[in-house]
Amino acid sequence: MRRLFSPTRLRALLVKESIQMRRDRLTFAMMLAVPLVQLLLFGFAINTDPRELPAALVAPTQDRFTRSMVSALELTGYYRFIAPDATADAAERMIARGDVSFVVTVPSDFGRRIERGDPAQILIEADATDPSVASGAISTLSTVAASALAREAGVTPPQPAVEIVVHRRYNPEGITQYNIVPALLGVILQLTMVMMTSMALTRETERGTMENLLSMPATPLEIMLGKVLPYLVVGAVQVVVVLLAARVIFGVPLIGSLALILGGVLLFVLALVILGYVISTVSRTQMQAMQVTFFFFLPSLMLSGFMFPYRGMPQWAQWLGEIFPLTHFLRLIRSVMLKGADAATVADSLAALTAFVLVFALMALLRFRRTLD
Amino acid sequence: MSDPAISVTGLTKRFGTRTVVDDVTLEVAKGEILGFLGPNGSGKTTTIRMMCGLLEPDEGKGQVLGLDILRQRNAIKRRVGYMTQKFSFYEDLTIEENLRFVAGLYGMKPARAVVRDTLADLGLTTRKGQLAGSLSGGWKQRLALAACVMHKPDLLMLDEPTAGVDPKARREFWDEIHRLAVGGLTVLVSTHYMDEAERCHRIAYISYGKLIAQGTVGEVVRDAALTTMVLTGPRVAEAAQQLRGASGVDQVAPFGNTLHVVGRDGAALRATVAIVAEATGCRAEASETSLEDVFIQLMGQATDNMA
Repeated sequence: MRRLFSPTRLRALLVKESIQMRRDRLTFAMMLAVPLVQLLLFGFAINTDPRELPAALVAPTQDRFTRSMVSALELTGYYRFIAPDATADAAERMIARGDVSFVVTVPSDFGRRIERGDPAQILIEADATDPSVASGAISTLSTVAASALAREAGVTPPQPAVEIVVHRRYNPEGITQYNIVPALLGVILQLTMVMMTSMALTRETERGTMENLLSMPATPLEIMLGKVLPYLVVGAVQVVVVLLAARVIFGVPLIGSLALILGGVLLFVLALVILGYVISTVSRTQMQAMQVTFFFFLPSLMLSGFMFPYRGMPQWAQWLGEIFPLTHFLRLIRSVMLKGADAATVADSLAALTAFVLVFALMALLRFRRTLD
Repeated sequence: MSDPAISVTGLTKRFGTRTVVDDVTLEVAKGEILGFLGPNGSGKTTTIRMMCGLLEPDEGKGQVLGLDILRQRNAIKRRVGYMTQKFSFYEDLTIEENLRFVAGLYGMKPARAVVRDTLADLGLTTRKGQLAGSLSGGWKQRLALAACVMHKPDLLMLDEPTAGVDPKARREFWDEIHRLAVGGLTVLVSTHYMDEAERCHRIAYISYGKLIAQGTVGEVVRDAALTTMVLTGPRVAEAAQQLRGASGVDQVAPFGNTLHVVGRDGAALRATVAIVAEATGCRAEASETSLEDVFIQLMGQATDNMA
């Protein structure tokens, strides 16, 4: 009476499986709630044609022609002037740091030349590290000047009147790899570091060695460092491999200081391994640790500016993105590698990463259960 | 007499609404081997964990080696050796690596020499490179014990150390425990085995979280005040059937061809047994009450708070 398929047996298996599914509360909640949260979050946050990108205006003479150019640019929907009266130096720092995506420079003789009917130029420098960000904004430029001046001067386009010069800074050829490869370093480090250390304590608990470890004289700080420091070495190997590949295989320029990059990477990896450790102090099983890691991983990919332009997201999503170490690391590595930013320029990112290290370490030490309670 | 090694009063531990350890008061003298007995789930492990600083008691207080169990957990950890019920060294480390790890955590110096001596004592020098996970149950137990006493603790807590270990290894294990106790070490060992209980200086019996008997084996048996009769004959199975639930009979347990009958009311038991023995043609005689009889009796009397 051996049949290949028995409904009774299948039923027994299904019943058992669904009971187990319901018992594992965390998994069950994650299966139901997480897709919904992510759908809403990403659905509203992600925008592949970013608009209202931050821009700085360098215009020594703020005359009516300048103003009409600015309002014409804003009317395209792509530009939002957050620094309408910047000096050239300040604007340079802002674009290097990634605070603005564009710097619009209107020369001081712009108005005079228009009035005289001489050809005039304005300069738009676009941060082209992410080629997709700049392209939309640049594509509208051809019609902007004409319409702006038509309205202002009341004349039909003064024959070859205004030329808009576009500089695609940092990545003039618009090579996607320049943007993606340095960022991949962050993503790869995040995946391995957080996942490995998130198992650190749950593995001890599951194998029953935690009880023994706790019965011996080791302090929570020692246990944490003992767990996370070995992964710094793994991280170091990854860093070397990715940076070499970026240079040799993908030809990504390394303009800034290598020491600064390595310093930033060290802070980032420290933040990650300690974050993983925090996860392992709140998880009961390795399975849970994995789930929490992935729950953290996906939004950080989406909202950090890795997959989609950070500046293209709505303000609330940008604020949310700030809670991920990856966001700050991407800013830092892109600024330093591609734009040659110095330590002062990326000081905010360095400070943010340092803050993550300290906050995560504090959380880990507070969460660590010195007893089996 | 000097201060006791363990002196705890009113230890209580609750997990949710369930009281797992209920008002346990216990004293263990220095150099004494105390057997900690009780059925599964009676709170033995929880009590031990509270005393070695791994769990925080909800109520109660006490001292271990003169150190406060609530406030001086770290100091206690340095002077206590705790052997967990389940093998809890690293199975993916070799024997030597495990010992090195322990030596390092306790800051033993010179670690290399301590580990070498321990390996030699264990007779594992030639197998030091073997993964701990590949050892048999008996060897794992010996390794765990060696690792627990390597830092020369003043108190050893062993949680069911001989579960799943063969009789010869158990015998050797107990010989070792006695050797250590002679050297001044205090030992608290939990067990299910009656023969092991009899090798302890004193025993404490815990059931459903409550400590219900303690003393030497003789004292515990005497305090239980049970009467035991042994029946022999060809029809003991029939006799057993008649005796179960009969007046004065609390326990009926076949042992091979004999039948042990135990009861609290001696006179009633003797009367009942005499009648049944007569009817079934068995021979009945008085016998010593064993520790096991006492424990079965205690288990039956304790109120079940797990239901």
